[in-house]
This record gives sequence, structure tokens and C-alpha cells, in this order.
Amino acid sequence: MILRSISARSLLLAGTFAAAVAVVGTAGAQQPAAPAAPAPAAPAPATAAAPPALPPGSPLIGRPDTEAAMKLAPVIPPPIAAPADKVAASRLTLPKGFHIEVYASGIPDAREIRLSDKGTLFIGNRLQDKVWAVYEKDGKRVQKAIVTGMHRPNGVAFHNGTLYFAELSKIWKIDNIEQNLDNPPKPTLVYDDLPTDEAHGWKFIAIGPDNKLYVPIGQPCNNCIPDDRHGQIRRMDLDGKNVEVIARGVRNTVGFDWNPANHDLYFTDNGRDWMSEDVPQDELNRLTKVGQHFGSPYCYQGNIPDPQFGWGHSCSEFVPPVALMGPHAAALGMRFYTGTMFPAEYRGGIFVARHGSWNRTHKFGGDIAFVKLNKDGSVKSVEPFITGFIVDNKYIGRPVDVQPMKDGSLLISDDYDGAVYRVTYGNAPRTANR
Amino acid sequence: MRAPICALLTTVVLLAAGPARADAVHDRLPACLACHGDKGQSTTPETPSLGAQQQAYAVTQLYMFREKLRKADIMNQMAEGLSDDDLRALGEAISKLPAPPPAADAGDAARIARAQALVGANRCNACHTPNFAGQDQVPRIADQREDYLLRTLREYKSGARTGYDATMAEVVAPLKDQDFADLAYYLARVK
Repeated sequence: MILRSISARSLLLAGTFAAAVAVVGTAGAQQPAAPAAPAPAAPAPATAAAPPALPPGSPLIGRPDTEAAMKLAPVIPPPIAAPADKVAASRLTLPKGFHIEVYASGIPDAREIRLSDKGTLFIGNRLQDKVWAVYEKDGKRVQKAIVTGMHRPNGVAFHNGTLYFAELSKIWKIDNIEQNLDNPPKPTLVYDDLPTDEAHGWKFIAIGPDNKLYVPIGQPCNNCIPDDRHGQIRRMDLDGKNVEVIARGVRNTVGFDWNPANHDLYFTDNGRDWMSEDVPQDELNRLTKVGQHFGSPYCYQGNIPDPQFGWGHSCSEFVPPVALMGPHAAALGMRFYTGTMFPAEYRGGIFVARHGSWNRTHKFGGDIAFVKLNKDGSVKSVEPFITGFIVDNKYIGRPVDVQPMKDGSLLISDDYDGAVYRVTYGNAPRTANR
Repeated sequence: MRAPICALLTTVVLLAAGPARADAVHDRLPACLACHGDKGQSTTPETPSLGAQQQAYAVTQLYMFREKLRKADIMNQMAEGLSDDDLRALGEAISKLPAPPPAADAGDAARIARAQALVGANRCNACHTPNFAGQDQVPRIADQREDYLLRTLREYKSGARTGYDATMAEVVAPLKDQDFADLAYYLARVK
């Protein structure tokens, strides 16, 4: 069964640093559903994480001085997509009754994915320069780059016939895109009052139930105090006007969605590097009030004051995550599941693509996780759903985003193999790309 | 005046080689080495040595030149029309060339000490490995040409070069030009 996390549940209220480490160390794939709200009476956990001899602010904090740490580097995907018969799909592990097929291949650096109402799939790039579309034409599956020459066009959104996409520092749109896929017109600029930092500058974007465009701006660094323009999520009208910052203390979110049950925004946020192998964990956050601060860079995972910037702060000043998503897991794209194809227990929960770690000796993540919620929107459990992207501590693929289809199946993008997979349940018809 | 001569020579070799075929290495590598040096040990200003470069890194750069994701006229021209297999074959051939030797002089101990402190503080040796041979997509920088290293670090800082990944932009953000000079000086002299 998917939900078998009695041990994880029992640690639900364990908010101490030590407990967080213990869970990661013993369960690996399981995390406590949420850190306890940092209570003033809780023992200060910082001492366990801070290298003892270094003064606050030293750039050497977190510096690895072992051979093991010297082998860790960001994992950069091959620029050339894997051939269809070499992508990860067939080697992945799914729960009983689920199937996976290759929906599209040969799309290098496939990042955020977004479906139109009619079923056109849009795909962004982070390292390359294209926005792709995959669609049916005359009964055949077509895939083509509809926009090229963009700088890190990672984010794609769709609303009332219009495609929106986000470069590193510019948001564009193309109206009536589906009538113009053969010869797409030049995009129109929507918004460009954005920093141009490369680090954490690429964007996931989405349009909320309030018909506003949501645009994140990460911290321009691993760990630093961002200025007023960074470390936040903004929202704006669809014409780029009436901009407001709705969340701060966001290190780098690359995935968010709205809970259909309460319309709250839930977002993943990636924790900092080099603190240690096992902490901080990535966060799943829930915005319940405009302007909330989620801790970065002062407090990570809701209960660890940063060894460098946590001085003078308490984690209780910030909104804690509703779930921890694993150490260096790179929890990226996420969507609520409202379909009916999968068993009832999945309805109302969240699928999260965990791209997988680099800043950790034994890679963690490389899977699709399923987050089950309670009726009040709090998190009941976090469990792996599709696993197997890591083989012998190496990636055979890396999931970036998830997107439910109208029929209740689930699409997954993989930027390592340059492919999109489709997950079905039971006897649902498959439509493998040929 | 070496760069223009080498560029001219490249064009000649390129024209002689004609369109890419299955044997890209045989056809194309001589043109590469006209600028990047015999056996990949460059003596051309601001042109990197290729010897013992990581294959994955080399393939990615060639891909970026071909797709014009990295802009450099000669290299964009050189990579035009190469197939994915050509890129892989050239990457492999480059990785098998001998590693460049360190700069001949012993080096200024004070500058080297400054650079080593920078390496530690900025974790250069985590990704590039302790001997700077690199790994996978992370390039070998050991004993690279000093002028090329300096130019590249400056380009990462200014944003003129973004890299395939954004990692280097993040790393160089807090560094100053004197840091780049010291790092390039040291890395060109790794024993």
C-alpha cells in the first residue's frame, strides 16, 4: 500500500533537529509529514548544525573538508535527449495497477509542463532556449519547438487560449496559440521588472484561481540575505499590472498549485546546500495570508536556524512548512490531483516531482512523491509514488514536473532524458507516442 | 596576431573538410587543433587547451556552439552541421588528448596561497575535484591557459557567458576581479 507510514506519523509532532535527522537517516524515503510549529519552549536546535569553531558570518561555514564532499557537484543533464527506447520510463517502479508509457521523447531539457483545455502540451526549457508544444494534428502526434532563442524559458502557463511563458527575467504571452501552432506569431511582453541573476533566476509560473499570474524570484545565491526584489513570490494581473509580493522568505520555488478544496497556494521550496548531508530538507509550504514569510535564509525547514544568518532570529518568526520533502531532494513541480482515473485515495492529494539531490553523498529523491492531505488542508503523509530514477547512485532520468490530464492520467517531464511520460491506472487506454 | 592567423587557417581546413560525415574526428579534429594546439595544448591567446577535457563537458559545449546557446563566431561556424554522433565522437577524442602541462614558472607563492584560500572558501574543488581535473559536466581547469581562465571568470561575472547550467554565475557573484586574477594564475600552475 501507499500509505503505510505509521512510523512517520508517530514522528509527526517531532520538531527537534535530532528527530528530523533521525527520520531521514532511518526511513530514507519517508519524511515526517510536518515539523512541529517551532514552540518557544523547544530546545534551540542550532547547536547541532553549526560548525563549532567558525564565527557567525564566516564564508567557511558549511565548507566541506572531506574527500566525500569533494565529489559533489550539481548534476547537469546531457544536452542531447535520450532515444525513445533508452528513456527511464521502462525501468521505473510504480504501485500495483499503474502503468507508464513514453508520451513524448526527443525534447531535450523538458522542464515545466502545462496542458491547454484542448490537450496541447506546452513544455519549457531551463538550460536550452525553446518552448515546445506537443499536440494532435490530423490524428497524429506532433511535437515542435514553437519558440526559440529564449533565455532559460523554464515556466509555461495557459489561460483562455493564451500561452504565457517565463524567461529568466521576462514574461511573455502568445494569444490564440493553438490556432497558430504551425506558424506562431512573435510573443508579446507581459512583464520584465525582474532581476536578471542567473542563480535561481529560472521560473515556474502559474495562473491562479483568482486569474492572476504568479511569478517567483529565488535567492540569487545558495545562502545569502536577499534584497527586497528576491526570495519571494509575486502575483499580478494577466497584463503584468498591479504587482504585489505575496510571499517572502522563499529560497527557490519551482512548483506550486492551489488546493481545490480551500484555494490556498501550496508551493515547494528548495533548502540550502552545504549545511549537512541530511538537513535542511526541502519544504512544502502553504500560504494562508498574503505577505507571509517562510524563513529563508534565517530559518530552514521550519526548525533549523541558519548557522550563518539565523543569529538574532527565531524560527518562530516565520511560517513553518506543512511538510518536509527530503534532504536536498529538489522538490520541484507539483499539482493537486482531482481526476477519477486513479484510486479514490489519490483524489485531493498532491503529486510532487522530486528532481533528486546533488549535494548529498547518497542521492535522495529522483521520484514522484504523493502528499496526502487531511480535510483541513494539513498534510497527512508524504510517500514515494513512482521511484527508480536513481540506479546505483546515478540518475537514469530526473522528474521535473507533473501535470494531470483530463482523463485523470498523469504526465511527468524528465529533463535528464528529454522526455514526457504518461501514467495510467487499470485498463485505461494508452496512447504511446510512435 | 596568432588568433587571426589561426582563424584563417581554421576556415581553410573547414572548407577542405566539407560537410560533416561519419568520421567527424578524422575530418574535423585537425581544424580544432589548428587553434587549440597540437595535441590540444593551446598556444593561442584566449583559446583554451582541450587536452583531457571531460567528455560530457566537451559535448555540451560543442552542442551549445552548434545551437548558438554559446556565442563565439568561429566556434558556432565550426559546429554547424555536426550531428549528435559527431559531437559525441569529437568529445571523446578531445577527452583522450593529453592533459596540458602546468605553466613553466614556479609561480609566486603569495598569489598561489591567496588563490588556494579562495578555492577553499568557494568550494571550487568540490565540483572541479581536488586536482581540478573536473568530472562529467564539470570541466578540467587544471593547467588551462591563464588568459582563458581569467576571461571566462570575468564573463561569468558580467553575464557575457551564462554556462549551460547557472552554477558558475552563483559561484562568482561575490568574487572580485583580483580574485579572478589570482585564481587563474594558480589554476594555470597546478602541479
